[in-house]
Amino acid sequence: MTATLPGDAPLDEPIALQRPTRRQRLRAVLGADRKAQVGLAVLAVFAVAGIFGALIAPYDPNAMAFDMLTAPSWAHPLGTDDLGRDLLSRIIVGTQVSLFVGVSTVGIALVVGVTLGLLAGYLGGWLDDIIMRYVDLQWAFPNIIIAVYLVAVFGNGLTNVIAAVSLAFVDDFARVSRSMVLSIREEQYVAAARTVGVSDFRIMWRHILPNATAPIIVQATVSVSYAILAEASLSFLGLGVESSTPTWGLILSDARSFVSRAWWLGIFPGLAIMLTVLSINFIGDALRDYFDVRETAG
Amino acid sequence: MYRYVFRRCLGALLVMWAVATLVFFMLRVVPGDPFAAMTFDAGDAQSIAALKDKLGYGQPVVVQYGKWLWHAVQGDLGNSIYGSRVPVNGMIAEAFPRTLSLATLSFLLALVIAIPAGLIAATRRNTPLDHGVTLVAFLGLSMPDFWLAILLIIFFAAGLQWLPAIGYAPLSDGFWPWLSHLIIPAVAAGTAFSAIIARMLRSALIEVLQTDYMRTARAKGLGARALLLGQALPNALIPVITVMGIAFALLMSSTVIVENVCAIKGLGRLLIQSILNRDYPAVQGAILVVSAIFVFSNLAVDLLYGLIDPRIRYVK
Repeated sequence: MTATLPGDAPLDEPIALQRPTRRQRLRAVLGADRKAQVGLAVLAVFAVAGIFGALIAPYDPNAMAFDMLTAPSWAHPLGTDDLGRDLLSRIIVGTQVSLFVGVSTVGIALVVGVTLGLLAGYLGGWLDDIIMRYVDLQWAFPNIIIAVYLVAVFGNGLTNVIAAVSLAFVDDFARVSRSMVLSIREEQYVAAARTVGVSDFRIMWRHILPNATAPIIVQATVSVSYAILAEASLSFLGLGVESSTPTWGLILSDARSFVSRAWWLGIFPGLAIMLTVLSINFIGDALRDYFDVRETAG
Repeated sequence: MYRYVFRRCLGALLVMWAVATLVFFMLRVVPGDPFAAMTFDAGDAQSIAALKDKLGYGQPVVVQYGKWLWHAVQGDLGNSIYGSRVPVNGMIAEAFPRTLSLATLSFLLALVIAIPAGLIAATRRNTPLDHGVTLVAFLGLSMPDFWLAILLIIFFAAGLQWLPAIGYAPLSDGFWPWLSHLIIPAVAAGTAFSAIIARMLRSALIEVLQTDYMRTARAKGLGARALLLGQALPNALIPVITVMGIAFALLMSSTVIVENVCAIKGLGRLLIQSILNRDYPAVQGAILVVSAIFVFSNLAVDLLYGLIDPRIRYVK
């Protein structure tokens, strides 16, 4: 009897010459994950609403009319509010603000946080100490509370909200990227690059950053969902963008006095928030599996 | 161990000092003068300056800061700049028990739901029940706390009229009035916390159930219940405690927000109201107390590791 070793492939089976590419693997993970597919589909709908906003809204979101607090009907699929404004149109226009704030704040937080994390992790020394003391300070508080503190200081408005929410998320990215840098810094290819005289900047940019992307991408996905929640919470508390802009949080805040008479005002804007956040969480979960990043709460 | 605790306490105080100082100076650097607003924006520069002097805000900022810090260290957070200038200490003393009631109830309620949910999901892995728990946990994480509070008000207060929609009743009014006012906000504030704990417990239990010592215990003939509750659960709780700090902070921030929905005049509402009024001393006081809660709860969780898991001991 001849023993077959695990490595011996039968000859009639084709031997895979190439490992699947990243894109193929991503597609395989997403294809197997129904939650992620649902998430992508729902998010696509909201993205369309966010991009086209007022163009596809059936009514002017701020136009008042006499049919106040009317229940959902063919004319107003999601009903109207206390000033007769069409709820569907307001939610569609609100999508724009929510998604814009969610994506832009995480974009800013990512750039600032990853830069800080790279510098702290790679250069070390007193710079690391200063940056990490600050990051630890921020880490002691939930992001929403930091955003509330910052809006308390800077005041309302779209720019201030974006600044506050971005700053609130900087620590997450600084932490994730620093811990990646600390392990990558010890790799031989970094030592090799340093030996041949590659500059620190180039090593960080070309050798370390590309190898640290996976957990940063996962963190970014999770952060977008939290940033959307943070913006909605700020708007809801009256600490958000100007009151003329309908945002999901603001619509809910305005609806508070009427929810006992008009349930649709209390249900639909929150449903929009939840569906968006849920979709992003589903996608984030799939990405976490794909990149094999260990779960961290919050 | 004592040295470690001492150092951590010192660190916690430093964080609070840093936050208070940052907020103090930033509040005064940015535009939005409450004193101009107090004269209904009709006052000329002179009368605004006179008002500032009267309330002690005419001095250089550094002097104001020194005075504020000196008093704060002694436990006096100053007076509100509005109306009859009530002491901030009094405002906080009134708000604190409400927030404490809400947070405690919310915490207990969340654990009562999360622990059985995690146990069920882990022991019936990949059954519809497990998928159900996972989905509900996802929903709980994705649902804005203030919206959940509104939903609960729509169904249980406005619809079924089982519970009061808003407000707070102190425990001295009786147990049920106190509890009934807190159920809706407690559920709303604790849901995300509960979801995190349930998910974490599920994955920790699954890992523990596959270990060799569990197989040994099973081989010795331990019953399923003793096995799960006596052996697996305590070991699975260790990783759960590690996320407890983050989860608890989330619970507290939800409490801050939900108080504003349910009109409970706790610390969260005090914080937001004083921000909206730009009542400097009240903002500073509220931020200081809210920060203290976060910093010391983090500390408590860290010290809890050592207590629960004998393998972790702080030597430094």
